Amino acid sequence: MSVLVIAEHDNSQLFPSTLNTVAAASKINSEVDVLVAGSDCGDIAAQCAKIAGVGKVLCADAPTYANEITENTAALVKAHVSNYSHVLAPASTFGKALIPYTAALCDVQAISDISEVVSEDTFVRPIYAGNALQTVQSSDSVKMITVRTTAFELADAESGSAEVITVEDFGATDWVQFVDQNLSQSERPELTSAKVVVSGGRGMQNGDNFAMLEKLADNLGGAVGASRAAVDAGFVPNDYQVGQTGKVVAPDLYLAVGISGAIQHLAGMKDSKVIVAINNDEEAPIFQVSDYGWNEDLFVAVPALQAELESN
Amino acid sequence: MKILVPVKRVIDANIRVRVKADNTGVETANVKMAMNPFCEIAVEEALRLKEAGNAEEVIVVCVGPEKSAETIRTGLAMGADRGVHVATDERLEPLVIAKILKVVAEKEGTDLVILGKQSIDDDNNQTGQMLAAIMGRPLGSYISKIESSDGGFAITREIDAGLESLKITSPAVVTADLRLNEPRYASLPNIMKAKKKPIEVMSPEDLGVEVKNRTNVVRVDEPPAREAGIMVSSASELVDKLKNEAKVI
Ligand SMILES: Cc1cc2nc3c(=O)[nH]c(=O)nc-3n(C[C@H](O)[C@H](O)[C@H](O)COP(=O)(O)OP(=O)(O)OC[C@H]3O[C@@H](n4cnc5c(N)ncnc54)[C@H](O)[C@@H]3O)c2cc1C
Ligand SMILES: Nc1ncnc2c1ncn2[C@@H]1O[C@H](COP(=O)(O)O)[C@@H](O)[C@H]1O
Repeated sequence: MSVLVIAEHDNSQLFPSTLNTVAAASKINSEVDVLVAGSDCGDIAAQCAKIAGVGKVLCADAPTYANEITENTAALVKAHVSNYSHVLAPASTFGKALIPYTAALCDVQAISDISEVVSEDTFVRPIYAGNALQTVQSSDSVKMITVRTTAFELADAESGSAEVITVEDFGATDWVQFVDQNLSQSERPELTSAKVVVSGGRGMQNGDNFAMLEKLADNLGGAVGASRAAVDAGFVPNDYQVGQTGKVVAPDLYLAVGISGAIQHLAGMKDSKVIVAINNDEEAPIFQVSDYGWNEDLFVAVPALQAELESN
Repeated sequence: MKILVPVKRVIDANIRVRVKADNTGVETANVKMAMNPFCEIAVEEALRLKEAGNAEEVIVVCVGPEKSAETIRTGLAMGADRGVHVATDERLEPLVIAKILKVVAEKEGTDLVILGKQSIDDDNNQTGQMLAAIMGRPLGSYISKIESSDGGFAITREIDAGLESLKITSPAVVTADLRLNEPRYASLPNIMKAKKKPIEVMSPEDLGVEVKNRTNVVRVDEPPAREAGIMVSSASELVDKLKNEAKVI
């Protein structure tokens, strides 16, 4: 039986997390289908059909799925589950809500945030903020899984030619009413898939000082992230948080500015290819995981770095 | 309104865990334990709803070994009214825990269950979603705000792209995110008072729930360590390294 991947998108864009999840699915079985639940999501389904390795795209296009109401999408997934051995979604807030909910509806124990596929029924996942790796084997007849997207490559988005099949709307719950969304607007790349991430911590002192990091990020074509302390202090919105309980990133370059390097923060960025830390405390734990450390006041170092990049 | 708050006992967030030499798990002997931080946030929110006159009773429930009673006492010392301890020494998966919590919630006739969004030991992020599904109640996951509204709840959720507002009907199941509140510390008088508050003890069998896991932990390993690199002392040196050595810019 094949693997079903639940696409993550916002009806206008297919998120790269879907490509990572298809790549993870391909390691389980060569037969991969994708389910697109959305409203006016025909373009998204067409894009999914072009992902390498995808056999079929199931498209549920209805107002029911305009917003990602967990209950509605779960009912849809449950209706299709008997055709599949595995159901995978990215370990984003979307997938992390949907997969356990659907699994419980189907009396299945979900497996969270896998970073490796060992075999059809055995997976590796980080626990304790990434301080241990658990290898877990499932005996459920359907495996329901969320995927740590940074641990898998991006499936090729252009070379596939799957057929798109329209599937039925399974109806909306009347328990949940969507009110509105207050989304961070940004021209910068999305945090979890950016090649460069510039993150600031409590050392930034206030939200205005983040402008320095935005400038750096723009120069490097990167995204801006933050520690929990910076979010809690209100310097930046919640969706900037990198860490155990925020977003997991693994860019080519992660620049940590005024961040001490608590284990909960490291959990979200220690798989980055190159880590640079700027901190005026030479004892800061972040230096222990950094490829390049700079023990300097950030209000000196960041403008100097900006000037150096501009002159290069 | 009656509020149920499931709380979990975990290794303290400040402890650096070590993987056991036999790769069966992490070292737990003589390690400081605490209430899961997200559960503290959940208890705090329940207490605030009660203090604002929206709830009459706050019940904390923990599924776990004998020592879990300490975690329940922590919740009582924060201000919860009474405790339920579902005692078991078995390793339990979120689905089994959710099944146990469902019976407790139904027995107590609760209008709102507030869980933590995630336990910081197993990093599952599952139990609340599962509980909502099997109870057939609306789910509010990752909430940073909750208010009573039109007989239901108005909630704000922390999602990857920002914030989302929903209205959900009552009874409901919600999971607490970091920005919901800042939990209080228990005062000494309240810690003393908590010793007299009742904790009802029962077993999963008493609740008619079979403890049967679907997953098997094959092994637990230490992750590959990251080595500290070098220190630089100027912007030109750093940019040079990033360009010519690491080749990332
Ligand atoms: C349940 C739970 C979940 C958590 N989840 C997360 C999470 O997902 N992500 C996360 O990040 N944290 C998380 N945390 C919090 C974590 O434990 C730390 O408290 C947090 O990461 C600290 O943020 P920080 O490094 O910005 O602040 P601090 O630890 O206060 O560090 C600030 C750093 O800035 C440096 N600094 C100050 N001024 C300057 C200057 N002028 N120039 C240069 N350097 C300067 C200081 O030397 C210091 O190292 C969580 C905690 C718990 C309990
Ligand atoms: N053993 C347990 N007893 C009571 N509540 C639990 C238990 N395990 C998990 N929970 C609740 O479920 C939340 C999420 O846990 P998890 O799904 O394990 O990440 C926790 O914050 C608790 O509120």
